[in-house]
Amino acid sequence: MSDVLLEVKKLRTTFFTGDGEVHAVDNVSFDVRKGEALALVGESGCGKSVTAMSIMRLVAPPGKIVGGEIRFKGRDLVELSEKEMRKVRGDDIAMVFQEPMTSLNPVFKVGDQVAEAIRIHRKVSKKQARKQAGEMFELVSIPDPIKRLDDYPHQLSGGMRQRVMIAMALSCDPELLIADEPTTALDVTIQAQIMELLASLQKRLGLAILLITHDLGIVAEFCERIIVMYTGRIVEEAPVRDLFANPAHPYTRGLLRSLPSVGRDEKRLPTITGMVPPLTALPGGCKFNPRCPDVMPICLGNEPALMHVGDDHDARCYLHGDLADPERMEQPKSI
Amino acid sequence: MTGVVEQSVPQTTPTVPTGVGETLLLVRDLKKYFPVKRGVLARVVAEVKAVDGVTFAVSRGETLGLVGESGSGKTTVGRCILRLIEPTAGSIEFEGVELTQLGASEMRHKRRDMQIVFQDPYASLNPRMTVGTIVAEPLIIHGGMNNSERAERVAELLEKVGLSPDYRRRYPHEFSGGQRQRIGVARALATNPKFLVLDEPVSALDVSVQAQVINLLQDLQEDLHLTYLFIAHDLSVVEHISTRVAVMYLGKIMELAERRALYADPLHPYTRALLSAVPIPDPTQHKSRILLKGDIPTPLNPPGGCVFHTRCPIAQFPICKDVVPPLIEHKPGQFAACHFAGASIQQAT
Repeated sequence: MSDVLLEVKKLRTTFFTGDGEVHAVDNVSFDVRKGEALALVGESGCGKSVTAMSIMRLVAPPGKIVGGEIRFKGRDLVELSEKEMRKVRGDDIAMVFQEPMTSLNPVFKVGDQVAEAIRIHRKVSKKQARKQAGEMFELVSIPDPIKRLDDYPHQLSGGMRQRVMIAMALSCDPELLIADEPTTALDVTIQAQIMELLASLQKRLGLAILLITHDLGIVAEFCERIIVMYTGRIVEEAPVRDLFANPAHPYTRGLLRSLPSVGRDEKRLPTITGMVPPLTALPGGCKFNPRCPDVMPICLGNEPALMHVGDDHDARCYLHGDLADPERMEQPKSI
Repeated sequence: MTGVVEQSVPQTTPTVPTGVGETLLLVRDLKKYFPVKRGVLARVVAEVKAVDGVTFAVSRGETLGLVGESGSGKTTVGRCILRLIEPTAGSIEFEGVELTQLGASEMRHKRRDMQIVFQDPYASLNPRMTVGTIVAEPLIIHGGMNNSERAERVAELLEKVGLSPDYRRRYPHEFSGGQRQRIGVARALATNPKFLVLDEPVSALDVSVQAQVINLLQDLQEDLHLTYLFIAHDLSVVEHISTRVAVMYLGKIMELAERRALYADPLHPYTRALLSAVPIPDPTQHKSRILLKGDIPTPLNPPGGCVFHTRCPIAQFPICKDVVPPLIEHKPGQFAACHFAGASIQQAT
C-alpha cells in the first residue's frame, strides 16, 4: 500500500539483564500511514516507549533489537549502518521526549542548539542555520522568536522548552514525528496549547505523528487510530472512535472503565484487579488471563493471536475468534 | 453581583467558604512567603509568595479537593496546615485549637490527629526499613504501645489497606507503585488520625492502579470517618473524590464550590479554562476549548490586582490590574475571586 509510511513487522526488542532476558517488545507489527496521528498507549512497562526507541534505533545496551523489520518507505532501518541511520533520524523520522529539560543542553543557547541540529543535516552556513532556527521558532508559535534564540533552556518555561524541542525535531522536515509522552510533564493548560500546536502542524505539514501516551483523553481528542499494548504485545488496534465505542479486549475495556472523567458521576471506580505482571514472570497463554474478568479455560493454553473484530479493528482475545465458540470452551486442547 | 469593587483592602471579616456540618479545620488568611537570599550575607532580596492569603474551612467527614497547576501553592497549603513548614502569617484552627500558637511538642502531639500521604511512593518510604518498621514508626514516635501491641496494630493496618500482613518483613523496593502508596496510607493511618492531607496520592500511578487506590481511600474514609484534604492537579480525579473543590492559582483561591456546581457551572474564567483544557476520553464529544495565552507567571513577582489578569480572556482594565478581587459568595456555597465572575467568555473577548 502506498499510503504506508512506516511498517513495523514482528519487532522484537530484548533486554539482556542480570535477571535474564526481558522481552520488552515481543512480536509487534503495525503500520503508520502518511499524515495520520496514531496513538500507542499502555501502562508503564508495556513496551510503548521501547517500541519508539527501537524505531529510532536508540535502544541502549543491554537492550537490543533481536528480530523483525522496521521499514520506512520500504527501507529496512534495522539493516542500516549507524551512519545511515543518523541521516534517517531528523531527516525522515524525528522524536520529542517527555522531559524537555533533560533533552536540552543547559549550557548552550536554545537557538544554537537548533541551528546545530540543522547544520548536522543540511549544508548551510551558521548564519543561514540561525535564520532557519528563527523560522522554526515562529512555526511552533514561540512569541518573540528571534529574541528567544539567545535564551538558555533554564530561562524558558516547560511549555516553551517543549516548543523548542518540537522546533528542533521538525527543523529537517521529517515525515514522521514520534512524540513520547510530550505533555506528561506539563500542566493541563499548557498541555492543551502543545497538543493544539501538534494538531495544527500535523495538518499544515502533512506530518504523520506516532503519539506515545498513557492518557486516553488526549488520544480521544487528537488521534485517528490507536494501538493498545500490554506486556510488550499489541492487544488491540482500532480506529479511535471504534475503540472507545466498542472496546474488544477486556484489558481495553477495563482501562476505559477505570478512568475517572470530568462529568461522569460514579460512586466507585470499576478497577482491573491485580497488577501488571513483571516481564520476567509472565503467565502462560494470554498474558492478561490472571486479571481478566472474562477468562476462559482456553486462555490458559496458547496465547491468542490478533483476531479480526471489525474494519481495521483487531484484538488479541479468544472472545473474538471461532475458538471462543462455547462448545470448544468446554474442552480446551492444552492446559 | 459584582458590586464589591471598592478597594483592595481585604474585608475585616470575610465569609469563610464552609462545608456542610461541623467545621474540623479552619484556615484563615494563610500566607507563606519563601525568602530568596543572595550574596555572602544571604540578604533577602525578594520573596516567593507561594501562598498569599488563603481562607477556607473543611467540615468533618468531607473531602476538600485542592486543584491547581504547578506553582499554584497547593502543596504548600497542605504542608503549612500540618506545620511541616511554618506559615508566614494566618491562622489554622483544628477542632478549635489554634495550631500556629502551639509549641513543637504540642504540635507533634496534635499530629496524631492529622497525617499526610505524599505523592511519590518511591521517595517517601525509607528503602532501608522494612514495611513493618515504616508503618510502626509513627506508633513508636507517639508511644504508648509495647512491641506485641505494635506488631498487632501493623498487621491490622496492612490488612486495612489491602496488603497481606506477611509483607511486613519485606522492603519497599519489592513493591509496585500502587502497593507502596498503600504502605504510605497505612503509615498515615497508624495513629488513628481524624484528618489526612493527601498530596497527589495517585499522580504517580498507572490508571488501573490509580482506580484501586482511589477506591481504597474512599472506603477508608467511610470506615474510619476520615476527613481529607485531597491535593491534585488531575481535575477528573478531584471531581470523582471531592465533596467541595478549591481551585488555586498563584497562591490564591480563585474559586471554591460544591463539586457539582464547580464542574457544571464554574464562575471564574480560570476554572473554566482549566476545565476546558482537560481532554475528555470520548472521541464523539468535541468541546470548545478556551486556550489560555502564555504561561503561569512566576510567584516571585506575581501580577498586581487579580493575579490571573495577564492570561484572563475577560479581563477589563484598569480594574483587574489594580484591584484584588476578594473571594466572595456569588451563589449559595459558590465562592469566586473575580470582578466579572460568571460573565460569558465569548462575549467579553
